[in-house]
Amino acid sequence: MSGLRVSNLSFSYGSKRALDDVSFEVTPGQFCALLGPNGAGKSTLFSLLTQLLSPQTGSITIAGHDLTHTPRAALAKLGIVFQQTTLDLDLSVRQNLNYFAALHGIAGRDATNRIDAALDKLGMLERAHEKARSLNGGHRRRTEIARALIHNPSVLLLDEPTVGLDAAARSAITDHVHRLCEDGTTVLWATHLTDEVRAEDSLVILHQARVLASGTTQSICTDQPLKETFLSLTAEPA
Amino acid sequence: MNAYLTSLIAIVNREALRFIHQRERFVAALVRPLVWLLVFAAGFRAALGLSIIPPYQTYIDYETYIVPGLCGMIILFNGMQSSLSLVYDREMGSMKLLLTSPLPRWWLLFCKLIGSTAISILQVYAFLAIAAAFDITMPLLGYITVLPALIIAGVMLGALGLLLSSFIKQLENFAGVMNFVIFPMFFLSSALYPLWRMAESGELLHAICALNPFTHAVELIRFALYNSFNGAALVWVVLASIVFTVAALWGYNPARSGIGKRR
Repeated sequence: MSGLRVSNLSFSYGSKRALDDVSFEVTPGQFCALLGPNGAGKSTLFSLLTQLLSPQTGSITIAGHDLTHTPRAALAKLGIVFQQTTLDLDLSVRQNLNYFAALHGIAGRDATNRIDAALDKLGMLERAHEKARSLNGGHRRRTEIARALIHNPSVLLLDEPTVGLDAAARSAITDHVHRLCEDGTTVLWATHLTDEVRAEDSLVILHQARVLASGTTQSICTDQPLKETFLSLTAEPA
Repeated sequence: MNAYLTSLIAIVNREALRFIHQRERFVAALVRPLVWLLVFAAGFRAALGLSIIPPYQTYIDYETYIVPGLCGMIILFNGMQSSLSLVYDREMGSMKLLLTSPLPRWWLLFCKLIGSTAISILQVYAFLAIAAAFDITMPLLGYITVLPALIIAGVMLGALGLLLSSFIKQLENFAGVMNFVIFPMFFLSSALYPLWRMAESGELLHAICALNPFTHAVELIRFALYNSFNGAALVWVVLASIVFTVAALWGYNPARSGIGKRR
């Protein structure tokens, strides 16, 4: 099992419930969109999935490793692209990736080969020596995705990775990440934009801390566009 | 290469690169103690009489007396600067990258500590070299024997910075650290005046200074600069380092840290 399983996950900030009994599963090689409006609980879920927060109840299994009991094995299988950029803007693309590789214990020739392969996959190899500061938003995102792939993760988490990008860059990044699934990578893609989700994708709709729907996009939408389904499911009562 | 060593080299290297990119920080780190040494001490020497106290075996100038305290000041400010950059990293998100590494969190924070200590030591030696250029010198061997003392003091004050960074949630709150940590620690210590002088002013003041771990860091450096060993100071500094480190690790525990919280 190299996918992602979230079981009965709950989390509160004091009296405010951020996640309420959230469960879903992403099978290996699947692209799963986590769709929810702002404040739905997506970022809290990502903090729990990346162990920046500890679950109060429930469990998370990444590539067969329980995150609470074997966090190091689970994190080693996890690639993460955070919503906020986490590049050091004063370093070059390669220096940024080298630093990340070292945090995973990868160095020397092995690191160079992996970095070259990851950058090539995202079409960023020719920019390896450019300072991160000089890259546009789309290229920064691609660099971050390449960085998240250096250690060959089984599961890739992306927290609203297209925020602030223009339509062309959004489309290119969505395509890149969909292609990663063809190689067997499991992807969880958090977004609030319905046009980033394809009919064949797996879908989890999160709203007000709870999972409203889970399954394939086609099965959830039946015969209406995803946008309308999403709006009707998340509509506030009048 | 071992994963632990690989990450240590990368984190220390990154701290060094960041330091090199911030030249103003290096200049400020040197100007501050030099102002104290060349301006404050010059004016103060006439007002303050010093008796012969260990590790000194003869009368010394006030400038010579405050050199160890100013070395401590450099390390103290650098520890707080590291703390500030950790808070900045957390606000900017780059801290998440460090904390989601599969290596143990205690090790990653320890690497940060080593990086910060190495930069402190570099600054202290630059300061000692400039002081020597102004004819304020220590015994030659002292420049070597002080190194372990600087490392231990650097770890203690770096761990204090780490601890503070785990509790300070926003950069704006950092001014409070200046007022409530750096200044009291520095002024309520033996950096500027010997403890017996404090005792003359009041027993309570003396007791506070004697309890201040920064006092012991300064004394450890002072003795080491004169090829002497102050066992009591070493015990104090090591104990304080352990307490600060354990508290910092607790502060960075995902079960209680706010790093994952949405801001």
